[in-house]
Amino acid sequence: MSETGADWRQAFTRRNIMATLFAGYLPMIAALLVIALPLVWMVIASFKPVSEILTTDLNFWPKDPTTANYAAVANRVPLGRVFLNSVAVTFIGAAIKVFLALTTAYALVFIKIPFRNVIFLGILVALMVPPEAAMLPNFLSISAIGGRDTMWGIILPGLGTAFGTFMLRQQFKTLPTELMEAAELDGAGHWKRLWHIVVPVSTPTIATVALVIIVNEWNNFLWPLVIIDSPEKMTLPVGLNLLRSIETETGSYGVLMAGAVIVILPVLIVFAVLQRYIVAGLTQGAVK
Amino acid sequence: MTTASAELQQARRIKRSRNYFLFILFAGPNIALILAYVYYPLLANVYFSTLNWRLGARTASFVGLDNYREFFTSGSGREVWHVTVVFTVATVVGSMVFGLLMALVLNRKLPGRTAARTALFSPYVLSGVGIGLVWTFIFDPSTGILAHVLGWFGARSPEWFLDKNLALVMVILVYIWKNLGYCAVIYLAGLQSIPQDLMEAAAIDGAGPLRRFFSITLPLLSPTVFFLSIAMVLSSMQAFDILRIMTPNGYGTNSIVFEIYLQSFGSYQRAGYAAALSVVLFLVLFAITALQMRFVERRVHYS
Repeated sequence: MSETGADWRQAFTRRNIMATLFAGYLPMIAALLVIALPLVWMVIASFKPVSEILTTDLNFWPKDPTTANYAAVANRVPLGRVFLNSVAVTFIGAAIKVFLALTTAYALVFIKIPFRNVIFLGILVALMVPPEAAMLPNFLSISAIGGRDTMWGIILPGLGTAFGTFMLRQQFKTLPTELMEAAELDGAGHWKRLWHIVVPVSTPTIATVALVIIVNEWNNFLWPLVIIDSPEKMTLPVGLNLLRSIETETGSYGVLMAGAVIVILPVLIVFAVLQRYIVAGLTQGAVK
Repeated sequence: MTTASAELQQARRIKRSRNYFLFILFAGPNIALILAYVYYPLLANVYFSTLNWRLGARTASFVGLDNYREFFTSGSGREVWHVTVVFTVATVVGSMVFGLLMALVLNRKLPGRTAARTALFSPYVLSGVGIGLVWTFIFDPSTGILAHVLGWFGARSPEWFLDKNLALVMVILVYIWKNLGYCAVIYLAGLQSIPQDLMEAAAIDGAGPLRRFFSITLPLLSPTVFFLSIAMVLSSMQAFDILRIMTPNGYGTNSIVFEIYLQSFGSYQRAGYAAALSVVLFLVLFAITALQMRFVERRVHYS
């Protein structure tokens, strides 16, 4: 077609390039700045000394960069301990949750008993219960069995997982029946079928579920805030809440920004590397 | 009955009870946890909500529906409703309108747009506590960057933290910032499912970009808009982290979840009243989700 040649030439006219630049990239860059600037500002401010936080003539870069803010965070709250608590709660909680989601979803799809769809419906309804609405009774139950101010007290009530079960059940239902029949003929039991056949072919979904759970556990704030009292048992968000209540002077924003960096950066890095899985998991249900 | 078929039946029975056993082994722990920490609390809340009871106290008195009555009629209860509704509506509308603008910006086939999309989505996965700290600093009337920027134009920063209405506006802006990218990504999926030839045909017929947007894009996006508005209402009604960090005492920002926290674990320790709020929260969210499911089902059947 002769038109293609004309199109091609037209695509590179000065007018078109300018149009792409102004209508395409400028709004995109503006949007990126709106999102990124607060986070960039957080990182920069975390390296500023008090004098540059309180200053009236604003500098973008710190004139006299310092790591004192990070040291101050570690001074106010047992930072190493709190960070490790967060890591432990996140990974132990997520590992158990993924394990339970796998076995439950497997049972719902492959172990044939009557009423299993009713059971699934019951799990689905649990997905609609906001955890905040369950907070008060859970506080009482966990306190009653001695879980107040303990690590397991943070983890236990969140272990039942409706989200993971739901996502994995959907995935398992798409597996070809021949796969399972062949395994059954080979004499493989359910346990073996789960770990040797179902899990290996479902790794992308499992990764999605695991990552969404990990991010949620890491960011979880309300429940640990309620159940933990002593600083050395706190997770990062709760520790930062404490820091916020201690550091009330206006000059202490550098310290608070250092705290924010410590809780935000790990997730930002994980997200940058594995965003495909995380976005897929969080937008599930919308894009059908 | 022949022995063969009796044996077959027996084998079936054994397999069946074996299946029950296996099912309990595989799914039992998770189901037990959900029963204990999701379903039981719902029932417990209904009971607690009928009590006048201080958290930790050994005694409580039965007050019937008084807690609910207080929540719906008293001044402080009304204020929680007001804050919750204003916060939810403004956050949902703001996130969805600006999210759509962002999606339209990203919908052009430009190099680098995948990376841009990832970057825009990122606030949605970050710790609300961290984000709350960052924006507390930005909004600070004396040292915040916003105050500096306003200063360049000769304006003074408003007292965001001292005025109830301004505090509410402030947290709404922060939640919109956090949700924007999520909305944009969902919209983009919807936009990409709009057939390109439809747009081209309309363009040939002389429809300008605005006309095409309102007559084609927006109507075809309506399922996405519906899904997003439900998802955003659900998440906005559960907002807590940023509210608590930016306005620790809930001055002007005590949306329902924050109020539940303040009433039960704040200085009042009114467990009965907080339980009544929890029951209402659950019922509202449940009704909204049920509405969504009905709608989705109908769409599937009628399409």
